[in-house]
Amino acid sequence: MVVATRSAADTEAAGARLAADLRPGDVVLVLGEMGAGKTTFVRGAARALGVEGPVTSPTFTLGRRYAGRVAVSHLDLHRLGDLAGEDPALLDDYLTPDAVSFIEWPEVAEHELDHVRARVRLEHAGGDARTITIDA
Amino acid sequence: MILAIETSCDDTCAAVVTRGGHIRSNVISSQGVHDRYGGVVPEVASRHHLELTTRVVDDALARAEATLDDVDLVAVTAGPGLVGALLVGVATAKGIAASRGLPLAAVDHLQGHVAANFLEPEPFEPPFLCLVASGGHTFLARVEDHEGFTVLGSTLDDAAGEAIDKGARLLGLPFPGGPHLEKLAAGGDPAAFAFPDARRVGGLDFSFAGLKTALLYATRDLGEHGTHARRADLAASYQHAVVEQLARRVERALAETGLERLAIGGGVAANGPLRERLSGLAREVKVPPRALCTDNAAMIASAARYAEPVAFPGYLGLDAYATSARGA
Repeated sequence: MVVATRSAADTEAAGARLAADLRPGDVVLVLGEMGAGKTTFVRGAARALGVEGPVTSPTFTLGRRYAGRVAVSHLDLHRLGDLAGEDPALLDDYLTPDAVSFIEWPEVAEHELDHVRARVRLEHAGGDARTITIDA
Repeated sequence: MILAIETSCDDTCAAVVTRGGHIRSNVISSQGVHDRYGGVVPEVASRHHLELTTRVVDDALARAEATLDDVDLVAVTAGPGLVGALLVGVATAKGIAASRGLPLAAVDHLQGHVAANFLEPEPFEPPFLCLVASGGHTFLARVEDHEGFTVLGSTLDDAAGEAIDKGARLLGLPFPGGPHLEKLAAGGDPAAFAFPDARRVGGLDFSFAGLKTALLYATRDLGEHGTHARRADLAASYQHAVVEQLARRVERALAETGLERLAIGGGVAANGPLRERLSGLAREVKVPPRALCTDNAAMIASAARYAEPVAFPGYLGLDAYATSARGA
């Protein structure tokens, strides 16, 4: 499915629509270059899952975990480079069966991830417009 | 005296501070090993903390001309930060405190940035408005006492330092982006590109996502050669947009709260143009020395002066936490 959005609010709404189909344990991969709207998309999904309060970039701490109607994990693997040097249990605290998990920059870990429910790619389309491709 | 340890990110820090807030030593060991990864790698940070912590603590005691006999309180950052990195500091602090039967104070890293302002020789007393801007955090707080703060606004997406690092990377600069961007920007025109500074966004929250995208579009329009030729102008304009957004929110917060005094902290507070821009905004502006703005353990000791320490052995189960509960 391909969605064209015109604003950040549109991009959040697209995230919210995907969230309606998600169940605890699902993992969603969110791809796209810098500034493509990955965190914006995840914010919309998290809101739809009942998360209140700020949903901000998880880059600094690798991941954030929110309490909504279900637990929501939000990860950013951009800095991991190569998972080989990392603690194998690094992601276990986030990718739990009770949580819906969103992973930005998942490429380094993609082949090791289970329960991938959807793959979302965001692309710049000029200004605040984005093209969002969702493979669910 | 207070012995404090801070390992929330990639700097291994220890400090000795008196109960009166005088810094006897403040040792910061930057790992440097993350530069080639373009950012801090959590597992690498933890391993290096493990290698460095004991040496950094010894160094802090030696520079303070003190021994553990002089220490009556151990303080440590318990969060927020990288959990693996934090745990090294927490375990070290527990070990030192327990071996001596000393009390332990678990300190919030963000409270530490605020408390850096309480240190001698020029302690800045509440009430004041505090801007903390770093790679992991960006928020404005009302500080009315030594023990806590109230968040008035925080970033909706990226931290200011994170936006600077990502912008610097787009311009081909090495990590950490801040100092490299500042250096490059010094030779450029801050008015060359009109990047968004979120001036039309109401309230006291920050947003840097749109700025990041604007820089990306500008580099695309210019192409590889054009971008290279205009790097200094791009850097100066980008930095200007970050500084302006921070400064405008500070102005708005001062007007809305009626507070007349301003303090700043966090790694971004080491940025020259930001320090200059903010210095004229309030009746009194406290700009701590750079070593007290970036991550350090003296600020953790400062916060510990006003914290409630836990007596031995009550802290043995103390855990680290990744995310602040304060909404910042």
